Amino acid sequence: MQMSGAQMVIEALIAEGVDTVFGYPGGAIMNVYDEIYKQNGFQHILNRHEQASIHAAEGYAKASGKVGVAMITSGPGFTNAVTGLADAYMDSVPLVVISGQVPMSLIGTDGFQEIDAIGISRPCTKHNYLVTDANDLPRILKEAFYIASSGRPGPVHVDIPKDVTAQIAEFSYDFKVELETYKPHVKGNPRQIKKAMDAIAKASRPLFYLGGGIINANAGEEVRELVHKTGIPAVETFMARGVLDSKDELLVGMLGMHGSYASNMAMSETDLVIGLGVRFDDRVTGKLSEFAKNADVIHVDIDPASISKLVNADYPIVGDVKVVTQEMLHCLDGIDAANYEPWRDTINNFNDLHPLTFHEDSERLKPQWVIKRVGELLGDDANISTDVGQHQMWAAQFYPFSRSRQFISSGGLGTMGFGFPAAIGVKAASPDKVSINFTGDGSILMNVQELMTAVEKKIPVVNIILNNNFLGMVRQWQTLFYDKRHSETDLSVQPDFVKLSEAFGGIGYRVKTKEEFDAALKDAVEKNVVAFIEVIVERFENVMPMVPAGGSLFNMMLLEKKETK
Amino acid sequence: MTENSERRVVSVIVINEASVLSRITNLFSGRGYNITSLTVAPIPDTKYSRLTIVTAGSVRVIEQITKQLHKLIPVLRVYEHADIVEKEMALVKFPITENITDIDTLCQAYNGKIVNVGESVIIAMVADEPKRVENFLKAIKRYNPKEIVRSGAVALER
Ligand SMILES: Cc1ncc(C[n+]2csc(CCOP(=O)(O)OP(=O)(O)O)c2C)c(N)n1
Ligand SMILES: [Mg+2]
Repeated sequence: MQMSGAQMVIEALIAEGVDTVFGYPGGAIMNVYDEIYKQNGFQHILNRHEQASIHAAEGYAKASGKVGVAMITSGPGFTNAVTGLADAYMDSVPLVVISGQVPMSLIGTDGFQEIDAIGISRPCTKHNYLVTDANDLPRILKEAFYIASSGRPGPVHVDIPKDVTAQIAEFSYDFKVELETYKPHVKGNPRQIKKAMDAIAKASRPLFYLGGGIINANAGEEVRELVHKTGIPAVETFMARGVLDSKDELLVGMLGMHGSYASNMAMSETDLVIGLGVRFDDRVTGKLSEFAKNADVIHVDIDPASISKLVNADYPIVGDVKVVTQEMLHCLDGIDAANYEPWRDTINNFNDLHPLTFHEDSERLKPQWVIKRVGELLGDDANISTDVGQHQMWAAQFYPFSRSRQFISSGGLGTMGFGFPAAIGVKAASPDKVSINFTGDGSILMNVQELMTAVEKKIPVVNIILNNNFLGMVRQWQTLFYDKRHSETDLSVQPDFVKLSEAFGGIGYRVKTKEEFDAALKDAVEKNVVAFIEVIVERFENVMPMVPAGGSLFNMMLLEKKETK
Repeated sequence: MTENSERRVVSVIVINEASVLSRITNLFSGRGYNITSLTVAPIPDTKYSRLTIVTAGSVRVIEQITKQLHKLIPVLRVYEHADIVEKEMALVKFPITENITDIDTLCQAYNGKIVNVGESVIIAMVADEPKRVENFLKAIKRYNPKEIVRSGAVALER
């Protein structure tokens, strides 16, 4: 069928099953927006900043497992979106981001709102395209969705000059993607898997090291089964929270810089690391030469470049975690859960020695209490997004996650301003769950304009602002490593968060006590509208335990021991 | 653990399309790998081009380079060579006042010859293993070369 490039974009999105597009219009993308106006195959959500459009698409993708889609204009529209692209790239989030570009005749002339978009997006996307002919558009869009969602997922950027969206060409979407040069390796080598399973059978202190790749591969169920059938304890990375149920006896906890004592000690004492969908990030390993020093390493990942990048893998297995785990479940002969009993006892002792906890010893509410309390009140009924900082770490530590895709956070890039727009995308993808965003008094202001988006589209995100009047995480480092010189981190001067929310048509609460908090949360969830709950929390609380940057996992700063009531 | 940096030749077969070269060079600069030389030309009768990259790094770095290159979507194949025939070309411009016979003899010892004689300069060409090209360039210093161009290495597995 003959149609314009702009119409092709719409047809392709509908053919891909896209139901929600996040975006912001402008000159170079107007032809496409004109077609958006005419169609009703998907809803468009107008964010109030392009960065937020990308984060919303990420939230949507992370919560649904589908490809998130965002649409932006050239020049400043595109550059505003770059942080989002980088965020999605670091966390392997499948996105297709379509940007307008100046007409072909103006490219290279420093035209109005011209910027070398694919030059900028190259290092922060899995792949990108500049479309120079509408005849290529169906193929490119189909490839974009395929590349974004296959192998190790990631964002794909498609830059379309304005005249290409106006160009009339033949459209057909009924073909298969053929990419000679891109063939993700899905099935693990069976011999290598067998060898790894033999190593597990022989190990006396094996440890599962579960990463975000499990969630990307939708392998949560298989991994739960493997953990339970083997009786081997497991630690989760920040990105893998929810793979195991927080109540799972075999879940030791989160490891890494703010991991639990037991998790980090288990990793230091294990004789066999079973890494599934992990990448040995420096926030996880601490000092590399001391990481799991006495252990052999099994490493399963879809990305060959992740294997032996930082830690040498004795049993490298390139493949989709789900497929490989299924195969592993067929090779359980010789593995006896009873053998690991002493090892499980050792880990339980670690946990008894320094459990993950906090002291309720201040007049003000403790931020950790707030997180725990939301867990008690909403638990599985909520999806949890976060911004970046102390509140993010406390959410990862103290929320009782019970499933994959429940925890949505910016891990790799650590982007303040991620939480609120992401929570909008999460709610759009998963309307039956309460969408909570744990945020800080610093972070919330980095995409606060999304109040308007959420109110306009009636997307009831509940933002819980843990207000410590500080850029808390930076303040913590200053306290610990810069002799308490709190340089430019004091946020004593603040907006009235209640009025701020109200100004956009949301509701707001300011709470100081447990009773007030419970009442506010209950009210916000019942009213089912956009809300800010500002909680005044202890200002000088630190996230503990902590492995100082570059230190060994077993050298943690620990919470001071005190009698807890 | 000390990791020795070694010279390595990597060949990359890529789809011949816009911006593919910048994908490759961006990868090297972005990840802090170094490029000693890089040559690129289309492979006849295909839609592919072949890049020959001379780089240096520890075993682990070279392994990462290979894997990261392979991850780029338009990359078909990456060869990290062990046993190769390797050649490089150099062009050198000399003042016409230098001893042409001497220069010609020297060139011949390095698979080359004088390829152009003009009013005020002569241009000589050699094609040999990169190490030998280097030796040649040392040897001709005393003939006051005005300009030197090296092509970078090309290589084929034996
Ligand atoms: C865009 C961006 N700028 C700066 C930082 C550095 N940074 C990390 S945490 C943090 C403080 C965040 O403060 P707040 O949102 O109040 O959270 P808190 O740590 O107090 O819980 C800062 C500035 C960042 N991660 N992202
Ligand atoms: Mg704060």
